[in-house]
Amino acid sequence: MAYQFDFVDVFKYTDVLARGVGLTVTLIGVGGTIGIAVGIAGAWARGYSGNRALEWLVAGYVEAIRNTPFLVQLFFIFYGLPSLGVRLTEVQAALLAMVVNLGAYATEIIRAGIEAVPRGQREAGASLAMTRMQVFRHVVLRPALQKIWPALSSQLVIVMFGSAVCSQIAAEELTYAANFIQSRNFRAFEVYFVATGLYLVLALLLRQGMRSLGGWLVFGRRA
Amino acid sequence: MIEFTGWDIVRNLLLAARWTAALSLVAFALGGLVGLAVLFARVGHAKPLRWGAVAFIEVFQGTPLLMQLFLVFFGLPLVGIDTSAWFAACLALTLWTAAFLAEIWRGCVESVPKGQWEASASLAMNYLQQMRHVVLPQALRLAVPPTVGFSVQVVKGTALASIIGFVELSKASTMITNASFQPFTVYGAAAAVYFLLCFPLSAWSRRLERTLHVAHRN
Repeated sequence: MAYQFDFVDVFKYTDVLARGVGLTVTLIGVGGTIGIAVGIAGAWARGYSGNRALEWLVAGYVEAIRNTPFLVQLFFIFYGLPSLGVRLTEVQAALLAMVVNLGAYATEIIRAGIEAVPRGQREAGASLAMTRMQVFRHVVLRPALQKIWPALSSQLVIVMFGSAVCSQIAAEELTYAANFIQSRNFRAFEVYFVATGLYLVLALLLRQGMRSLGGWLVFGRRA
Repeated sequence: MIEFTGWDIVRNLLLAARWTAALSLVAFALGGLVGLAVLFARVGHAKPLRWGAVAFIEVFQGTPLLMQLFLVFFGLPLVGIDTSAWFAACLALTLWTAAFLAEIWRGCVESVPKGQWEASASLAMNYLQQMRHVVLPQALRLAVPPTVGFSVQVVKGTALASIIGFVELSKASTMITNASFQPFTVYGAAAAVYFLLCFPLSAWSRRLERTLHVAHRN
């Protein structure tokens, strides 16, 4: 018996898919922005704070996150934290997990960018009587971000793909929508095929968005 | 109700971790083989093969691993292949690993100077001979640290197999949590086990990078 594909049954649920895409975009938009901010702060703490304890703390955070799966981090935050009295909604937990996860990777990526900025730049800044913070903010940060912008964009795409896992705590993003639809029409393959296509498109848009944003924000080309 | 002691939790997690390790090893080994084939297609001269390899890499790098797992898990039965969660997870993770390794290795192959290709061609070597005797041995040195580094991603990727119902470390954590009502302890312990699996690999990759004097990729 040959299987008959039926995609019409999927497109009856366009509104569900659209809502799912909406939350996925929101998650990566908000989580990505805060995550990169955390990454910048983390990179500063590791290279510029001059505080040993803080450096070790950030190093521990980065290693802990980079060596455990996102799924377990998410479950820990959503199911585990309530026993400490921290009760989060699905979306809040998903966002927090994404921020914590991206923050660790972004810290490492941005730190690599900072290390690639020539020493002379910092010394020049210091010789102009700038404080360490001023050197970081006005001299080092922008060229560092320029160097690692493509890597940061890739990491953002990876985090967006990871957000598919948030369906497991019932955050109603794209994968959750796909799970919901296939539970209704039993067209699992067709639904996930369409969802996969949507992720492909989202990834392309995210890359393009990061390119434009980078051009405007980091490279200072106002187009 | 069954009482779960701390030792019960750890013991069950460690038993489940064997499946995480098994799945990681299978996916990494098979993914390496498939990845090598994709690499040969990707850097070879035959246009259709090259385009096929590019498409393969783009699709598997450009979509979430979870979707790939779902498509394999729900798609194989449609073409008449009886599948289990183990088989589907192995297949999906293998293909995903292959795509990433092929792309990592392509970077290493392309950093071998062009003159090496030309010199070996002038010795009347064919493509396979060039790869085997001249290019790959030189690329290998560059390839080892990022390959070891990627193995960490494979171990972490196996966590997603829990979602299609394969009982490994993550799935076991959920099951133990449902029985013991100690999510904080159980997921914390599961994270610790993953860390113990992954951190040595990360550290090893970093050390290889330093000793082989290769600039950090990504």
